[in-house]
Amino acid sequence: MPAGNTYEAIATQTLGSAATITFSSIPQTYTDLVLVVNGSTTRGTTSDTIRIQFNGDTGSNYSSTNIVGNGTAASSSRYSNQTMPFVDGIRLTGTDFPLASMIVYQLMNYSNTTTNKTVLARGSGANYNVAAAVGLWRSTAAITSIYLQGDTVANFAIGTTFSLYGIKNA
Amino acid sequence: MPILGIVASQISGHLFAPSGAYDSIATTTVGAGGSSSITFSSIPQGYTHLQIRCMVLTSSQNNLLVRFNGDSGSNYALHQLQGNGSAASSENQTTETRARICLLNPNASYPAVSVTDILDYTNTSKATTIRTLWGADANAADTQARVGLTSGLWTNTAAITSIELYGSPFTQYSSFALYGIKGGN
Repeated sequence: MPAGNTYEAIATQTLGSAATITFSSIPQTYTDLVLVVNGSTTRGTTSDTIRIQFNGDTGSNYSSTNIVGNGTAASSSRYSNQTMPFVDGIRLTGTDFPLASMIVYQLMNYSNTTTNKTVLARGSGANYNVAAAVGLWRSTAAITSIYLQGDTVANFAIGTTFSLYGIKNA
Repeated sequence: MPILGIVASQISGHLFAPSGAYDSIATTTVGAGGSSSITFSSIPQGYTHLQIRCMVLTSSQNNLLVRFNGDSGSNYALHQLQGNGSAASSENQTTETRARICLLNPNASYPAVSVTDILDYTNTSKATTIRTLWGADANAADTQARVGLTSGLWTNTAAITSIELYGSPFTQYSSFALYGIKGGN
């Protein structure tokens, strides 16, 4: 294995205008993916949950469980049979704290076609919360595209960055 | 086929020579017969940190546990923060005979996953600390839904040369990947 080929940058997007994000034609040559989001949504005065969807699947095939600390209390929630993107509790700030939050997703074994897909996420919604979440996509298909949007408002703010990495195993 | 550095039955695995800042050291995938444990042995000492990335399928809800260098003494401790979809909770354990990676999902169709960092594993002047982000979801409540953060302590200053993962029978397609992370000069 040549040097530097275990953990590679696949693609990076920096928004020049408010928009949602899609990574498509994701190479299938890695074992895991890591997606780093740094920025905010266009929601004005509060944070917003970030939703994520795979391969354009809008069926009721998603579920998630989270744990959240907001500075006052810790809590946990879960969601079954979600029709649209998932992993609630993972939030970005709005324009009140622009470009101040980050999320790291771990998409485990995304390229195999034998197991359902489980995703880990760690979010730091600046001035709002800290959270971890696990999401399940009940599909054995390899993940070939990833779509992200805000919940209350879809668009991410100008300057938000999205970096997708691939990790190979031995 | 004997696999250098990987000890388990019913698995396939590979080793690669170290080459970069983040290297894949070894990977095992459990075969059709299942496996009760996975051991990474003869771990190279040329890195600063290790990372273990697990995807575990099993039919019983046990913890995924870890031991270093075959040490089964009461030399481990842990703290855990977890959410089950209804409430957040925390626990700690001391003088344990093993550390913990995560709680596994008893639904064999939906994997539990974890990312564990083992910090300064070659340093012989301090005890070893690990941390894990983990989770499992099965589109159902409580016992099949967990997400958490776990830290572990091995009160031993030896460099880590082997890692055993066990705690529940691993079923086919479970995978365990060990990576090495180099520090700067």
